[in-house]
Amino acid sequence: MDEIILEAKLINKSFHDPITIPVLKDVSFSINKGDFVSVIGKSGCGKSTLLYILSTMDTDYTGELFIDKVCMTGLKEKQLALVRNEKIGFVFQFHYLLNEFSVLRNVMLPGIKLAKFSMQEIEHRAMEKLRILGIHEQALKMPNQLSGGQKQRVAIARALINDPHIIMGDEPTGNLDKKNSEVVFEIFSQLANEFNQTLLIVTHDNEFAERTHRIIEMEDGRIIR
Amino acid sequence: MNRKLIVDIAKALLLARWKQTLVAAVGVTFSITMFITLLGFMNGLNDMLDGLILNRTPHVRLYNEVKPNPIQPVQLNQNLGHAFIQNIKPNGNGQNIDNTVAILHALKNDKRVLGVSPKVTAQVFYNVGNIDINGVINGVEVEAEARLFHFQEYVSDGNYMDLKNVPNSIILGKGAADKMQANIGDVIQVTTPQGERQALKVVGLFQSGLADLDKVQSYASLATTQKLMGKSANYITDINVKLFDILQAPALSKEYKHIFETDAEDIQTANAQFETGSDVRSIISYAVGITLLIVAGFGIYNILNMMIYEKMDSIAILKATGFSGNDVKRIFTTIALSIGFFGGLFGLLFGFLTSTAVDQIPFNTAALPNIKTFPVNYDPKFYIIGITFSLITTYLAGLLPAQKASKIDPVDIIRGK
Repeated sequence: MDEIILEAKLINKSFHDPITIPVLKDVSFSINKGDFVSVIGKSGCGKSTLLYILSTMDTDYTGELFIDKVCMTGLKEKQLALVRNEKIGFVFQFHYLLNEFSVLRNVMLPGIKLAKFSMQEIEHRAMEKLRILGIHEQALKMPNQLSGGQKQRVAIARALINDPHIIMGDEPTGNLDKKNSEVVFEIFSQLANEFNQTLLIVTHDNEFAERTHRIIEMEDGRIIR
Repeated sequence: MNRKLIVDIAKALLLARWKQTLVAAVGVTFSITMFITLLGFMNGLNDMLDGLILNRTPHVRLYNEVKPNPIQPVQLNQNLGHAFIQNIKPNGNGQNIDNTVAILHALKNDKRVLGVSPKVTAQVFYNVGNIDINGVINGVEVEAEARLFHFQEYVSDGNYMDLKNVPNSIILGKGAADKMQANIGDVIQVTTPQGERQALKVVGLFQSGLADLDKVQSYASLATTQKLMGKSANYITDINVKLFDILQAPALSKEYKHIFETDAEDIQTANAQFETGSDVRSIISYAVGITLLIVAGFGIYNILNMMIYEKMDSIAILKATGFSGNDVKRIFTTIALSIGFFGGLFGLLFGFLTSTAVDQIPFNTAALPNIKTFPVNYDPKFYIIGITFSLITTYLAGLLPAQKASKIDPVDIIRGK
């Protein structure tokens, strides 16, 4: 259980517009495989900024980032895209499903992009993920025919399709009501407990955070807990 | 796999905004249609106007210019103290080409020569009552003239082969025939400058497209003309040569001039202005076609830009889930290219249909007896150029928006929500 999946070393980041404001100050921590970690903190404390650096989408920082023991700092855009495709799954506050494609196709897209399996196999795997999340009956519908909670579950299925090392969430329950938030949390803890899935969730819902394995609390660009 | 996925996504985005896509494609279709129609029509006209002169003009013409002897008698004897010689005039055979049998034989065996047509030109007077009208009778070898210089196309009434089959026959220029009120089957009288009088039977009427020419020119067979002039069967004033490659004309003209010791004129020297006219018409049609395509290109640019703003979220999530900037760029260039391809394809089809429609419009002019409808050229070259242009313009129009899409930072989009 102490295999390190993600490690951040002395990460610093500043915004330069209009004046230089440091957002992250010497942030260092690591996440082990199977950890269910939540990041909390007040608005503007830098928790989302940290998440986007960890996600490799934001490359404008100093320090070093390791995912699966491989250094991400300084890699080319194309290589980072491949890392995101293969090793990271994302769940955002908004579902970001493509309205032009069916639910099943949306889940399959990152899998087709990775092209590790045949088309039939990807489809089979996508159905499997949808079944775990209890929405396999909606597979052939279009995203705009689903409710908000269902859409968020499709987004989670999409994040799972390539069996990523880590799932990152930016306020995944932020747009959901109490009931649906509960459903999403249940899914996350099921993934962590049953499938040994590593999760890193940014949230400002303290109740949600209390129930995760580990809480990282941030204040003014530093980790305080 | 990756390419298929990109095409899939491009197709989905295109179909999601199919009305906009259609408008963009219709723009391309319209410009390609106009491009094809214009080029086809312009080149049809070019071909017709070129044909008017070029078809009937020999590539090389051998003839004898009437001119003074370059070696004057006074130069023959340098020992004379003073020589007074006056009024030396050209003499000899005049316009006759010497040794025609050998020249014709040599030309017919030349691999570069498509065909040879000997010709006798005779000055005559057409006798109308007691008035004489100036005229020129061209004595031609009927079959060679028809094969090489489209003689039959300009014979508007009667059968051109009668010229060979009926003895002492003539095909009159339309203008001359009108003046003489002569019709097919009538017999007319002509007088040569030497005073010979001859009755000729009219077997046809000739319309060259140049009215002034038709008032003067007539055609008779080689033998009839030679007899009219009281000359032997060796008497030839012009040898008209048609080559396989028109571009060789100037070089061959020089060569023949040297070998056969006659004067020679090539088609490029005789008709230099025609090339220029054709070129200008072609340039105009290309300019119009390309202008239309550029306008269509701006349309595609706008629509793609709009699509990118609308699909910002989709681009962001594609990038977040592992599509690189290059992949996104390829999605949008695929969209642009498919608009160009399908728009262009329909453009070619409609262009072809409009061309055939133009081809049906009646176009009757007294000057061109064998043209009944507007001339159109269906050269596949224009169709290939058309589709290539449409692909290039749409690709260029898509390039900037695609580049913009590839540079979208997903963090900006996702955090902005």
